[in-house]
Amino acid sequence: MTKIEAERPPTIVSSVVTQARQISFWAENAAPIGLVALVIVFSILSPSFLTLGNIRAMLVAAAILVVLAIAQAFVITTGGIDLSISATMTVGAIGFGMSWQAGYGFVLSAVIAILSASLIGLVNGLLIAKGKVTDFIATLGTLSVATGLALIVSNGKPIAVSSPELLVLTSGSLGIFGYPIILAAIIGIAAWFVMFRTRFGLHVQAVGGNEESAIANGISATKVRMAVYLIAATLAGIAALLLVARVGAAEPAINTQYLLNSIAAVVLGGVSLTGGKAKIVGPIIGALLLTALTNGLTLLGVSQFYQPLAVGLVVVLAALLTRFQKK
Amino acid sequence: MTNADFILTADNITKSFGGVHALKGASIGMRRGEITALIGDNGAGKSTLVRCLSGIHRPDTGTITLDGEDVTFETPNLARQHGIETVHQNLALVEELAVWQNFFLGRELTKGAGPFRTLDRKKMKSTANDLLNNLSVNAPAVTSKVRRLSGGQRQAVAIARAAGWGSKIVIMDEPTAALGVQETARVENVINTLRDSGVAVLLISHNFEQVMRLSDHIWVMRAGLAVAERRSSETSGDELVALITGAKAA
Ligand SMILES: Nc1ncnc2c1ncn2[C@@H]1O[C@H](COP(=O)(O)OP(=O)(O)OP(=O)(O)O)[C@@H](O)[C@H]1O
Ligand SMILES: [Mg+2]
Repeated sequence: MTKIEAERPPTIVSSVVTQARQISFWAENAAPIGLVALVIVFSILSPSFLTLGNIRAMLVAAAILVVLAIAQAFVITTGGIDLSISATMTVGAIGFGMSWQAGYGFVLSAVIAILSASLIGLVNGLLIAKGKVTDFIATLGTLSVATGLALIVSNGKPIAVSSPELLVLTSGSLGIFGYPIILAAIIGIAAWFVMFRTRFGLHVQAVGGNEESAIANGISATKVRMAVYLIAATLAGIAALLLVARVGAAEPAINTQYLLNSIAAVVLGGVSLTGGKAKIVGPIIGALLLTALTNGLTLLGVSQFYQPLAVGLVVVLAALLTRFQKK
Repeated sequence: MTNADFILTADNITKSFGGVHALKGASIGMRRGEITALIGDNGAGKSTLVRCLSGIHRPDTGTITLDGEDVTFETPNLARQHGIETVHQNLALVEELAVWQNFFLGRELTKGAGPFRTLDRKKMKSTANDLLNNLSVNAPAVTSKVRRLSGGQRQAVAIARAAGWGSKIVIMDEPTAALGVQETARVENVINTLRDSGVAVLLISHNFEQVMRLSDHIWVMRAGLAVAERRSSETSGDELVALITGAKAA
């Protein structure tokens, strides 16, 4: 090394360029690198971390967040944000619980869950795309409204659900892959396909990249925005089924952690909040990373109180790193 | 102006934004096979008129006639379907997307049927590549993001995009504004080639020499009105300056 350096002393410019290249490499791949690093650290610290049983449990636990992160990714690609996503999931869960309690059976209850969730998305879309309300304010409002509705309708009490279909959903698996993560993976593949192989996906990216230019080229930004909030809410409805299956009940809880983590996963995945840069795999890996982080800390016996702290640190780090992404 | 020589006329177009009256009844006409220039000071309303012609703005009042048919475009797509292509002053490119994606933005080629229609990426890339190279502008790779292109290359992409559709009318809002000498010459070639192939071109420019060099007919705008028109062969740079500033009445 020193010999080469003596022969060809690197100029300041070239060494800065190599460094920048390295930083941008880390920034572009923050989520996969972080995931691998976490897996290595936790598997050294805890022998049970990399057991098949724990991997299976982690993947099942990650499914809900993966679905929500994909949902959030569509909205964030347009430069928007959906703060109501977890409350929408709660509405879906309560929708399922109430329908199940009323004896509608699994399929109809599931349909009602997804429809009631997408209703929140419709309201978001109308407010933001047609009403031109700032996304942040509109979805903050529907966050509160949706939470309130869930509380009112359920009378603030969890609804126990003992659906055999949901039991199969939580406990069934192919190898180490439980049905929830398989469902999430199917949604991920479909989302990737829609985002990168269809006109609609291209229009989502165009509206997020430069709305005025998109409109000048004949794209309806209104329709695209309506659509992404609808897609996000529908996915939140599907996530609601996974949630009810996991908990065994439909709870009128706020689920704030899911909201924050869905945004965090997208940021970890290298998607900029300003929109225009679409990624699907990144947010999925971000969701896996956050789940592995929580799981590992729990295995190590770290108090639950420290988990939000750890998640927060990881996200802030990732956000700092994105500054070094290639433009 | 219902003369059959005119491929496009705009009559008494008004357009206000809140209290700003950008157009106060502007009327212009474009003849077949000609390069028509539109000149005027900053804020005269040139780009607003362009945006009315290309379907981005709906005029408050006034009519637009294309080939003798009364048209007022509700959307940019409708204008394009009627054969009007526009290079906007801001270029209307999406920086995060690749050149080929920008090329087909809003009218992407697809394959397959129904809900399973997917983007025909291969065909779009090769077509975009051909069109860019056909116009012999300094062509960037069609897979590079517009963000990575130089100002001149961006303008080249926007111009090739507008010129490549075999349309009837191409509107160019200051297409050489940020270009160097060589790139400007290339774009002027493109404009002449378009005219020679029968396309009517509307050229907005602040460069009088360019206007005199390229155009057949000149419209002068001042404060939201088209105040004068001249055949390019019968006017001079000095007269145009006087018309723009209002020192000389039409
Ligand atoms: N979307 C808009 N909202 C409000 N005002 C606008 C809008 N578009 C144009 N204007 C106003 O209309 C007037 C005409 O603007 P326009 O862009 O048409 O001028 P221009 O002749 O193209 O000028 P330039 O040579 O600088 O490009 C200006 O006063 C401008 O501020
Ligand atoms: Mg202008």
